[in-house]
Amino acid sequence: MNFLALFDLTVLDTTLRLAVPLLLACLAGLFSERAGIFDIGLEGKMLAAAFFSAAIAAVSGNVWLGLLAGIGASLVLSAVHGLASITFRGNQLISGVAINFLAAGMTVLIAQDWFSQGGRTPSLTDGGRFGPITLPFADAFSAVPVVGPIYAELISGHSILVYVALLCVPGTWYILFRTRFGLRLRAVGENPAAVDTAGVSVVGLRFVAVGICGILCGIAGAYLATGLQAGFVKDMTAGRGFIALAALIFAKWRPWHALWATLLFGYLQAIALRPDIIEGALGFKVQVQLLDALPYILTVVILAGFVGKAIPPRAGGEPYVKER
Amino acid sequence: MDVMPKWAEVVLVPLISLILAAILSALVILAIGEDPVAAVNLMITGALGSTYGWGYTLYYATNFMFTGLAVAVAFHAGLFNIGGEGQAMLGGLGVALVLLFVDWPHWSIAIIAATLGAALFGAVWAAVPAYLQAKRGSHIVITTIMFNFIAAAVLNYMLVNQLRPKGAMDPATARFPEAVHLPSLHDLLAPFGIAFSKAAPANVSLIIALIACVLVWLLIWRTPLGLEIRSYGKSGRAAKYAGIGSVRITMIAMLISGGLAGMMAINNVMGEAERLVLNAVEGAGFIGIAVALMGRSHPFGVFLAAILFGFLYQGGAELALWTSIPRELIVVIQALVILFTGALDNMVRMPLERIFLALRSARSKDVKAAE
Repeated sequence: MNFLALFDLTVLDTTLRLAVPLLLACLAGLFSERAGIFDIGLEGKMLAAAFFSAAIAAVSGNVWLGLLAGIGASLVLSAVHGLASITFRGNQLISGVAINFLAAGMTVLIAQDWFSQGGRTPSLTDGGRFGPITLPFADAFSAVPVVGPIYAELISGHSILVYVALLCVPGTWYILFRTRFGLRLRAVGENPAAVDTAGVSVVGLRFVAVGICGILCGIAGAYLATGLQAGFVKDMTAGRGFIALAALIFAKWRPWHALWATLLFGYLQAIALRPDIIEGALGFKVQVQLLDALPYILTVVILAGFVGKAIPPRAGGEPYVKER
Repeated sequence: MDVMPKWAEVVLVPLISLILAAILSALVILAIGEDPVAAVNLMITGALGSTYGWGYTLYYATNFMFTGLAVAVAFHAGLFNIGGEGQAMLGGLGVALVLLFVDWPHWSIAIIAATLGAALFGAVWAAVPAYLQAKRGSHIVITTIMFNFIAAAVLNYMLVNQLRPKGAMDPATARFPEAVHLPSLHDLLAPFGIAFSKAAPANVSLIIALIACVLVWLLIWRTPLGLEIRSYGKSGRAAKYAGIGSVRITMIAMLISGGLAGMMAINNVMGEAERLVLNAVEGAGFIGIAVALMGRSHPFGVFLAAILFGFLYQGGAELALWTSIPRELIVVIQALVILFTGALDNMVRMPLERIFLALRSARSKDVKAAE
């Protein structure tokens, strides 16, 4: 038995790649839910962003335009969610369900109309993708034992969006816990009436939060289609929006914990791709279905409060009605 | 005091939402360069123009009746059961186990056992989220979503590693024995001299779905338990003061809901495929949400909405066959229906309420003037 093999560098490298879309979507959900707007439409927003980023990148050959298009598509769905759940005080969960289906249907419909390739975009070539970035001295350091390969292979050599996602963690922490805007955003998720009394617009704050959520989901989707893979395929998010939601609960709505949770779930996805490593390391076979289901099982356990209780923002899911 | 008369609440609001969804869908069809009128015509001939079309429409509608009722019962208790998909998957497992491991002499006995098996498995799958909601306060929407994914993994494991016949490649069970094949509408209607397509999958489960509609109506509106469920759904706190236990109602409502979702399996697994395959549910659990929303959680409304979605499903398949419009158009329509009848309900309701208020004040002025 060789437990260290479970933490093979290639597995950890894949972990990071697979964790990035989860992390971005998780932070997106964090902004929204901290402001009191439940969002089970992360999946749909990511999917829409994945399609539009790949489509525009394929047509224009410019991945940055693709990224912008992805963010734009995600923001449109965010606006729908905001309109339904903030302006018209509808059920946020139902709105999220609708957004997921809207994205699942529209992406294939438009893909078929534009490219006629069975609901996918053409494969992206060099200019249409986010290529790997070699960090400074990666080659020089790679000869150094232990630290060298970790730096050269694990930390260096990812696309720019990976680093953006990682920087979003301290960024989110700073915005939420060290700025006036962050304080108000958290307050609007706990006690909107108090924020209203202080003369700050509840509706405005919640729309901003939903907007930030849209931008982050947009980056997540763009990374899926133009960084992780080279193009859009039907339903390519494959439940990642829901795993991100699970990670958000796992992290108890805190940014740094979101990083650890998404890395854990990313690791589970990465190791599920390498059953040979698991068998070599543990000496027995682990059912791949169990690994697939593990993020969800862990989330249910956490939700059940057997391992520390996860308490959502208090005003989450409830539309705010101004007192007259 | 209700601002709107009851007919407006029950008929007008859903109708306007539906029209809005239809207009947007037509725009979508226009945008991809197809003719919406021709598309609707094609859908009508494809889904309702022959007994073959009707057979498929009713087959889909049977699925949606079960899942729609499942969501509706939970809605009445103020619970949002997104887990119909997973519960229906487990229901399929229940049906497969009942039919594969017991030698049934005749389908009429087998269907009773299969219905019970399906309902039991579906209910068990709903019981855990229900218990966690009732006892530990875990949000039932999140847990039922998680249970959908866990159900997919369980089903995958059972089909790939346990139930797959030796030597078979695709993850599916063996075919169910000949004796338990359900009679189709063709077999049922032939004695009455009505010729019905032999190839269409609609079967005797349709009748069970209709009975389920009636039973749910009786339960919700004609029994003390139904009153308790509705009171709890309207106001948990008020219900508590009336001595209605929240744990009890949450559990009962979710068990019924999960059982109904599971029962869908007698239609798609026992009636149509006659074996259990991996993607047997095909999203019907989620369509239940749209059906329940459109049907205003009333069994008769669910019945109508299920027929409508059955029509959309069969019509959509025909569209995909004859035009360049992919099947995903139905997913878009489904999303728009959920959006307008569910989340954007107030967008339709608020202006309508204003109109009715204006009408009422105008009328009372007239009365005063006449005096």
